[in-house]
Amino acid sequence: MANVFAFAETRNGELRKIALEAVTAARAIADSTGGQVNAFIAGAPGIASRAEQLARYGADTVIVAEHAAFDKYNPEAIAAIVADKVRAGGYRVVIFPNSALGSDLAPRVAAKLGVGLVTDVTEIKLQGDAVIVMHPVNIGKVLATVKIASNPALVAIRANMFTPTEKPHAGTVERAEPVGDPSASRVVVKEVKMGAGTKLDLGEAPVIVSGGRGLKGPENFHLIEELAAAFGNAAVGATRVVTDEGWRPHSDQIGQTGRLVSPQLYVAVGISGAIQHLAGMRTSKTIVAINKDKEAPIFKVADYGIVGDLFEIVPALTAAVKEAKARG
Amino acid sequence: MKIAVCIKRVPDMDVRFKIAAIGNAVDEAGLKFDINDFDSWAVEAALQIKDKDATTEVVVVSLGTDAVQETIRKALAMGADRGIELKSAHIPFDGLAIARALAAELKDGGYNLILFGKQSADSSNGVVGAMVGELLGLPVVTAISKLELSGQRGSAKREIEGGQEFVEFPLPAVLTIDQGLNTARYPALKGIMAAKKKPLEVREAQLGEQSVTVVQMEIPPERAAGRIIGEGAAAVPELVRLLQTEAKVL
Repeated sequence: MANVFAFAETRNGELRKIALEAVTAARAIADSTGGQVNAFIAGAPGIASRAEQLARYGADTVIVAEHAAFDKYNPEAIAAIVADKVRAGGYRVVIFPNSALGSDLAPRVAAKLGVGLVTDVTEIKLQGDAVIVMHPVNIGKVLATVKIASNPALVAIRANMFTPTEKPHAGTVERAEPVGDPSASRVVVKEVKMGAGTKLDLGEAPVIVSGGRGLKGPENFHLIEELAAAFGNAAVGATRVVTDEGWRPHSDQIGQTGRLVSPQLYVAVGISGAIQHLAGMRTSKTIVAINKDKEAPIFKVADYGIVGDLFEIVPALTAAVKEAKARG
Repeated sequence: MKIAVCIKRVPDMDVRFKIAAIGNAVDEAGLKFDINDFDSWAVEAALQIKDKDATTEVVVVSLGTDAVQETIRKALAMGADRGIELKSAHIPFDGLAIARALAAELKDGGYNLILFGKQSADSSNGVVGAMVGELLGLPVVTAISKLELSGQRGSAKREIEGGQEFVEFPLPAVLTIDQGLNTARYPALKGIMAAKKKPLEVREAQLGEQSVTVVQMEIPPERAAGRIIGEGAAAVPELVRLLQTEAKVL
């Protein structure tokens, strides 16, 4: 029987999509051995109201840590309480999100517990005494099968790999007290600045429209934003050249040194397809490329390529997508 | 100020990798190696502090075979003061094993700052820096793209999904460096000459027990060959049709 602990990430009092993915992944492992899923959420007072949603996706128990100092990410205090709960719970597997928060939290917890951790995991299975995970290495050009022999085994799952699936369980709320004083943490998040509007995150958006050097300047990125808006469920990405030039923020960069994404649809506009960029998006389900150079490497990975002037093609595509959406 | 920068020697990624005969590693024959990108920005961050305060000592640490001496020399050529090789027959995949060896080396070093790259291009776990901080009981801030130090305190910016976090912390601290913080300098000829004479100590790495191991490596299947469906705006209706009927994403 393998009990599984799932760290459910919240932001501004809401569960992030990857929280449901973590619970879904945990449920699948637990069900294969008749084990339990205990989800964990931390936040400002009131966060317990999110327990219901975690129950719907398969949490038997929801461990809730409420504290005024948990309104923003509090790395030291959250790591302390998660390590404490994991140590006490006798879990076989502990699942974190491979997000900005999860990538910071998971190694802290692993070091506190002295157990093995693998991040950016795309598959998890139990095999006898070991937990076996899949983890892309060498910028996704090689896939490693990795064995974690420690108990518990810690993993951080890549976004969009475990489709959230409703599987209602009791979701009994269990309150957790902070370890020490969370207001006394040495590392303090003073401020969080979010991008404009209700912008979709690159890791979560089903569609990504990305712009490269072919856009010629930041003043032309409205073409990318308009196409993204036409899809309705799209985020805007960029290449390294574009972010290095300061046309877009570094957080928009997709590639080896930026974000790794796997959306349903990736539209590459004015992007030649440098190895550094392909590393970040080659696992996208469908790739569209629009580029003036028919020899550009992006066309080697694009399911659908259009050769030509993006300044003509993109507005036409934006109009056509709007029309298709309007027709339903 | 005393700063340690932990760097990794990684293969150049712009190649088609082959799996070694043992099945759980990449065939290293013919690969070119260099300092990991994120780690070069960590070295640069330390050198920028040294540029402002010449009394700063920058120590570069790398774990691996004697081949890492080349990578350490590069950082010395950029301007670091001395190097330490933690000698190991191979670099384990288990981040905690690496972190323990580094923590054992850094523990009594009296460092005000310990810098890492956010992650390595090859094993891509991104865990060692935070683990070292935790093992040493030091404050840790990961994936920073902006850094300001003032006396015994620092502030940093972290990119998060759709926004930024602004973090404050006391020194000594462990920081891991993301893209955007700086651009690494190239070693000048004078630096390359000077680097040859800078001290480089070699010690055995104290790796300890490993619980995470690679069972197998494989090359994932290639995407089906790309297809150009047309030229110019005239191809847009066909693209929309394919997105709706074939890819079913619209």
